[in-house]
Amino acid sequence: MLTLNQLTKVYSVGDPALRDVTFRVPRGQVVGLIGPSGAGKSTLIRCINRLVEPSSGAIYLDETDLTCLGSRELRRARRRIGMIFQEYALVERLTVMENVLSGRLGYVPFWRSFTRRFPGHDIENAYRLLDRVGLLAHADKRADALSGGQRQRVGIARALAQEPELLLVDEPTASLDPKTSRQIMRLITEICAERQLPAIVNIHDVPLAQQFVDRLVGLRAGQMVFDDTPDRLDETMLSEIYGAEDWTAMDQEDDEPESSSDAQISLRLPGAAT
Amino acid sequence: MTANAAYPRRWKRPPQLVTTRRWRLTLPLLVVAYLVLALGSLEIDAGRVVEGLSRGARFIQGFLQPDFVSRWQDIRQGLIESLTMTLTATVVGVLISVPIGIGAARNLSPRPVYLVCRSIVAVSRSLQEIIIAIFLVAMFGFGPFAGFLTLAFASIGFVAKLLADDIEEASASQIEAIRATGASGLQLIHYAIQPQVMPRLIGLSLYRLDINFRESAVIGIVGAGGIGATLNTAIDRYEYDSAGAILLLVIAIVMLSEYGSSYLRKTLQ
Repeated sequence: MLTLNQLTKVYSVGDPALRDVTFRVPRGQVVGLIGPSGAGKSTLIRCINRLVEPSSGAIYLDETDLTCLGSRELRRARRRIGMIFQEYALVERLTVMENVLSGRLGYVPFWRSFTRRFPGHDIENAYRLLDRVGLLAHADKRADALSGGQRQRVGIARALAQEPELLLVDEPTASLDPKTSRQIMRLITEICAERQLPAIVNIHDVPLAQQFVDRLVGLRAGQMVFDDTPDRLDETMLSEIYGAEDWTAMDQEDDEPESSSDAQISLRLPGAAT
Repeated sequence: MTANAAYPRRWKRPPQLVTTRRWRLTLPLLVVAYLVLALGSLEIDAGRVVEGLSRGARFIQGFLQPDFVSRWQDIRQGLIESLTMTLTATVVGVLISVPIGIGAARNLSPRPVYLVCRSIVAVSRSLQEIIIAIFLVAMFGFGPFAGFLTLAFASIGFVAKLLADDIEEASASQIEAIRATGASGLQLIHYAIQPQVMPRLIGLSLYRLDINFRESAVIGIVGAGGIGATLNTAIDRYEYDSAGAILLLVIAIVMLSEYGSSYLRKTLQ
């Protein structure tokens, strides 16, 4: 379980990026984090594994307070937190397998990672994960030889190789087409359900978020302005989060093509997955 | 937008560098005046030019009939010295450059390490090879050892600086992703940085190998051994045919390594 308690981040210039954000994510729950650009979504996610140092407040992953760890304990904590990135952030010149195995870096000593002699169960697990995300045949390709959707699956496999207790997902569908976006979101939510993983998914596509997540948290200018199930997000709340706008067109767009394209996706998925 | 506003039909790019009209006119005049005065102080002497040209003709005559044979022992010795010193200096220089380059990358190193490494780079880059060679020959005596040290030292500035710049341009998201897995500092460098900069590092090393060979011909003139020393001796003895042979060999070797290294760099991308 992840608990954020009055998390605040102030950058040296400008307004606070996060103000007293407090919420709790139980096991197996996927939380969508929505809000306009600059609302602090990225900062919030990066404060949790301290790629960004929070200014004040506390973050508990189970019993550990992540905000007051020394560098060694921080690395130990980071390996319990899997992260999936916008634009995949794979190391492009490494092979798919090396990228997945890099999820084990926090667990193995330097000489093992340097000589690529990872323990047998790590390698076995990496193959299992690649099979799970449908990329077993691509294990020895270079990461930059894959398509966007495939790369994001490698990103997911890398995060899962850490055997995480929490998933942080930063704009996983930012540069993917609508169909691939849905496949990726489905994969993430399925995996979280399988492993009872709590997850925070930072996402700018509200209809997509509503379709897949269990709960939505809305940020505006670093403050939480919404925290409820996706069906409770109405036009008034959207305006509260993003500012006034005509939201009716989005609902139509949301309902129509999805139901039809969804059927297609689930039909094609077995084929697309190999 | 107003309905009937009269917009101008002429537009001129506003002056960007010098905005006052008076200075725009006087500055070029000052530059021309300086040029005229400076040329006047050079004491250009037609007699010396003529004399120099006829001497040049003798050089060219010699170069056109290169003599590889009569001084072949010296030339061979010089070439071997040069090649040895080039290769060893490049290897040692690159090996030392890697940690310094990593230290001099702002996105990886803490501020004090960064400053120390950048100053090493700055010192190495600000001293021209010949000046270093003069110092080192004075310290360690004539011969290829001084040349080796000179080239290794100069390589450090070159390779470390360009490597550090390349590391600073490495994709931040890839670094972030590896950091987020809980990787240690060394693992971060090996998994996130090394794959991104390796092709460039190999390219730089090969390029530096070229440069070092060319430089080895120059620093030989101030006593640091190698083919430069042989060339210097040949010119001092007015053996322009041997000098021509040496120059041709240097050109051939530089061209060969140039082609070789650019071919290798292309295949490594």
